[in-house]
Amino acid sequence: MVAIVDYGVGNLFSLRSSLAVLGAEAQVTGDPAALAAADRLILPGVGAFGDAADALRQKGLTEPLRRLAGEGKPLLGICLGMQLLFDYSEEYGRHEGLGLIPGHVAPLAPDLPPEQHLKVPHIGWNGLRRRQPAHPLLDGVKEGDCVYFVHSFYAVDCSPSVIATAEYGIEVTAAVARGNVMGTQFHPEKSGAVGLAILRNFCEGKGGAV
Amino acid sequence: MITKRIIPCLDVKDGRVVKGVNFAGLADVNDPVALGKFYSDNGADELVFYDITASAEGRRLFTDVLTRVASTIFIPLTVGGGINTLEDFDRVLKCGADKVSVNSGALRDPSLIGKAAKKYGDQCVVLSVDARRVDGQYHVFARGGREDTGRELLDWVRRGVDAGAGEIVLNSIDTDGVRQGFDLEMLDAVCQVAPVPVIASGGAGCIQDFITLFKTLPAVDAGLAASIFHFGQVAIPDLKRQLAEAGINVRL
Repeated sequence: MVAIVDYGVGNLFSLRSSLAVLGAEAQVTGDPAALAAADRLILPGVGAFGDAADALRQKGLTEPLRRLAGEGKPLLGICLGMQLLFDYSEEYGRHEGLGLIPGHVAPLAPDLPPEQHLKVPHIGWNGLRRRQPAHPLLDGVKEGDCVYFVHSFYAVDCSPSVIATAEYGIEVTAAVARGNVMGTQFHPEKSGAVGLAILRNFCEGKGGAV
Repeated sequence: MITKRIIPCLDVKDGRVVKGVNFAGLADVNDPVALGKFYSDNGADELVFYDITASAEGRRLFTDVLTRVASTIFIPLTVGGGINTLEDFDRVLKCGADKVSVNSGALRDPSLIGKAAKKYGDQCVVLSVDARRVDGQYHVFARGGREDTGRELLDWVRRGVDAGAGEIVLNSIDTDGVRQGFDLEMLDAVCQVAPVPVIASGGAGCIQDFITLFKTLPAVDAGLAASIFHFGQVAIPDLKRQLAEAGINVRL
């Protein structure tokens, strides 16, 4: 059973629907006991990092998530959920994350080459560049396969955990993994067949021992 | 590298797609779920569902349709038509929309853009603008292009982006339905003032019009069209293949 961590942030409709299509049993819950009972966890999220980190704390989920990830339960963060896996974010001040993957989250705009006039947020379909050897979470994903991004901040100082990037004037962190803790900056639940394949890999335990 | 997006727009009335055509392998061309899936399977990068119903019963059918579409199709979905309040945002987001497009509702109450952006995030709010040339100026029109608001286009776009609109759809009434190509001049003007993605709408008649659009205006992020896709004049796989051959980066 997959538990989608419910902390009142983000629209879970597509994530639930895509897991249903994959035949994965899923439950949306903010109950630490239910999270502990699940085989694996998905941490979704859209919006501002600080608000989301506060919401996790207020719902009493910060410590349970750290503990369960520490015990080896597979955890997949999506979009802001991936960013929350890092030590901290510089989004409107400095906010502490879960600290499960070394690195932090920084604004995209100042790092983009000005002469390319790239827009922020980075919105749309962008091709994946996988680090070799390809991580099992990305089984079946081909070089250059496109996935859907919507974000203005990105993970930095996390090179050892990066498993895929996307080119947007610079190499943007697209997917990360450190043992049983994984994350995608893009939305697999909005990335067509490629995204569904990645979610299936996660649900089948690829890339993180159960 | 980020790809240029191709977006079919489906008008829905009383839960059915208006203007369907017979595609091979598609039994019911007026079924929003079947047609949406057809487009998704054939390379559409995003879908726009536009609710053109006026009745409450039609609205309910639309949210039913949206729920079914969002349960089956896993690409970004934008919903527009009849969005006047935060409750309207809430209603369609709960049914699986990713972005909500505002037009006349924002013209009546410009604070709607900022309120929605604050609540749901900039990425969720698409400002759709219908504009045409009036006495040497670009004017914004409301109510499906029927009413001249007297607002100047670029002022309105700037104001919308400042308030938190995350994308702009520019529909040129001057080129809409003429099928002689997108309104490059008007689009260029909007791209100059909008730091957010700009989606071109109105005027596409053939594949070359999309090539010209992206070659002439690299700042345009996406091309939106309805009838040329629905009536089969342009098949999206052909369009994307030819865009790629022309050196334009697309998702194949």
